[in-house]
Amino acid sequence: MAETVASRLSATGTANALELRGVSRLFGALAALTDITMTVRPGERRAVLGSNGAGKTTLFNCITGDFAPSGGTIRLFGEDVTSFPPYERIRRGLRRTYQISLLFTGLSVLDNVYLACRGVSRGRFSLIRPRKGDPLLQSANDLVDAVHLSHVRHQEVANLAYGQQRQLEIALALAGAPRFVLFDEPAAGLSPTERRELIAILTGLPEHIGFMIIEHDMDVALRVAERVTMMHNGRIFKEGLPHEIEDDPEVQELYLGGGHGGH
Amino acid sequence: MALADTPETHTDGARAARPVAAERRWWQLSGIPPVYFIVGAVLVFMPVVASGFVLSQLLAWSFILGMIALSLMFLAGYGNMVSLAQMTIAGVAAYMVAILGTSAVDTISLGWPWWVAVPVAVLIATLFGTLTGALAVRTEGIYTIMITLAIGAAMFYLVRQNYSLFNGFSGINQVNAPVFWGINWRAPLPFYYLCLACAAAAYGVVIYVKRSPFGLALQGVRDNPRRMAALGFNVTAHRIAAYALASAIAGVAGVLLVWLNGQVSPGTIAVNQAIDILIIAVVGGLAHPIGPFLGALLYVVLRTFALDVLVSLGLAGERFQLLIGLGFLLVVFFSSDGILGIWRRIRERQKRDPLTGHSTSGQSGTGDTDG
Repeated sequence: MAETVASRLSATGTANALELRGVSRLFGALAALTDITMTVRPGERRAVLGSNGAGKTTLFNCITGDFAPSGGTIRLFGEDVTSFPPYERIRRGLRRTYQISLLFTGLSVLDNVYLACRGVSRGRFSLIRPRKGDPLLQSANDLVDAVHLSHVRHQEVANLAYGQQRQLEIALALAGAPRFVLFDEPAAGLSPTERRELIAILTGLPEHIGFMIIEHDMDVALRVAERVTMMHNGRIFKEGLPHEIEDDPEVQELYLGGGHGGH
Repeated sequence: MALADTPETHTDGARAARPVAAERRWWQLSGIPPVYFIVGAVLVFMPVVASGFVLSQLLAWSFILGMIALSLMFLAGYGNMVSLAQMTIAGVAAYMVAILGTSAVDTISLGWPWWVAVPVAVLIATLFGTLTGALAVRTEGIYTIMITLAIGAAMFYLVRQNYSLFNGFSGINQVNAPVFWGINWRAPLPFYYLCLACAAAAYGVVIYVKRSPFGLALQGVRDNPRRMAALGFNVTAHRIAAYALASAIAGVAGVLLVWLNGQVSPGTIAVNQAIDILIIAVVGGLAHPIGPFLGALLYVVLRTFALDVLVSLGLAGERFQLLIGLGFLLVVFFSSDGILGIWRRIRERQKRDPLTGHSTSGQSGTGDTDG
């Protein structure tokens, strides 16, 4: 697989979206991640599966810089970002959503999205209020429309319903010009209708935006992802195409408990 | 995602039908609430009825303390950073005006003209406050309070023990407001207007900045620093910048303070003064920039009249601190968000439908004009 990636690289001349080399993370004596090595091409959509405690969210936290890895290197679009603070990585096109919504509850929906747009543009310290025709305000408004929150645009986020907060969570990750997005269980707690719409949003993303998605729902994960990484006990257990992973007897044994017959 | 059945859509329908600008009344054209014009007019015409004592010793003092408390409110209300160093920062500006400008202590004061001394003093205070912030933002909550308190206490002992620069225990006296444009700014009437103008400007700046990208980002940092970092913001830099802005406000207030008192001494920046600023801000309310000014007015009125009230009741005058404490206790007891909170609760009660007990208007703070 490494060879195909390499040949693709030399053909297009672009670096990998994400390259992890021997990344590990210890919490005291507990190894949450051990020797994670993986490569994600630009525009690739990757699902990360694994049971609770497999290290999926820790992996995300290491990639975004929320936690420093205990060892290994992380390259983002060819640049070694291992020692970078989170905001420097975000300014290079990385985005993420959180499993439990991390929103600005005291601000309105539009202000939340506007902040997200501002965070990856100039003028973060501007003391001048945005005018009516401000392009950033315009793109924030568009983004609010795109995640179907137009009718609650000016409401304080604390008053939003759970599903709406999840939608806003996604809007924040899509602000600016994202190149690679980490979705941490975006479908958790959503109704079947909301789930279908989430799949539509994810598959409808522009082709150049790659993403990595943690999802417990195999249905969602296998429908939006091109490749699947299975994690177990902080290690990469299997990597392959969705149907390969689905049909793999070891994976079925471990993750699906052998009782997989949903389709 | 399938939200059409939530009740918000009804309010939203009404909001969509909000009248266009042409239907607004004339006083709404500027977008400034009418209450601003009323309060502004009252304050501008106050000297017609008020004596010089009321103007300088009550109102001007309230504006000055209000500005210092406003700088704390800006940090605490929008940034969730409770700084006890704001009085110290104002004190640095006050000392710098005394040291750089003219005073009775010739050996220390450099005698610079006020128009050089004042901006430099505010600049030094801002730098001092920014450095304080740079130290304090590495901590959160109670530790921020402790660090800023420690800086304030250290500064207090420094100015009290250092005689070559700060003239030690006795401080520096005869630091007077200048005479320019043919006006003696030391006189109560001009000084009142000077303080009013500075307080209004500081208030306006805070109100304006709240909705600017920087202000929004600061509130974002308050609500969720981790997410702000994940949106591309340098959280630490934003917090320090907030200290810089707050320090500039406190610095201007410090200049006015030294002019009001005519002197500055270690007592100006003592720890109990720093705590008084916190009390003023909390009692006034940290949710809106008007809170600190309300708190300051209450504080100054109590400070000024508590002694007279006690004496007239036949009680010992030296117990006036007790009356002040009781006053604050009452406010905080009835409202966790100070005077502002009491005011808001009264307004919400008026808006409530007597039959259902529900609020008759939509969300508070949207300023909707639908009926």
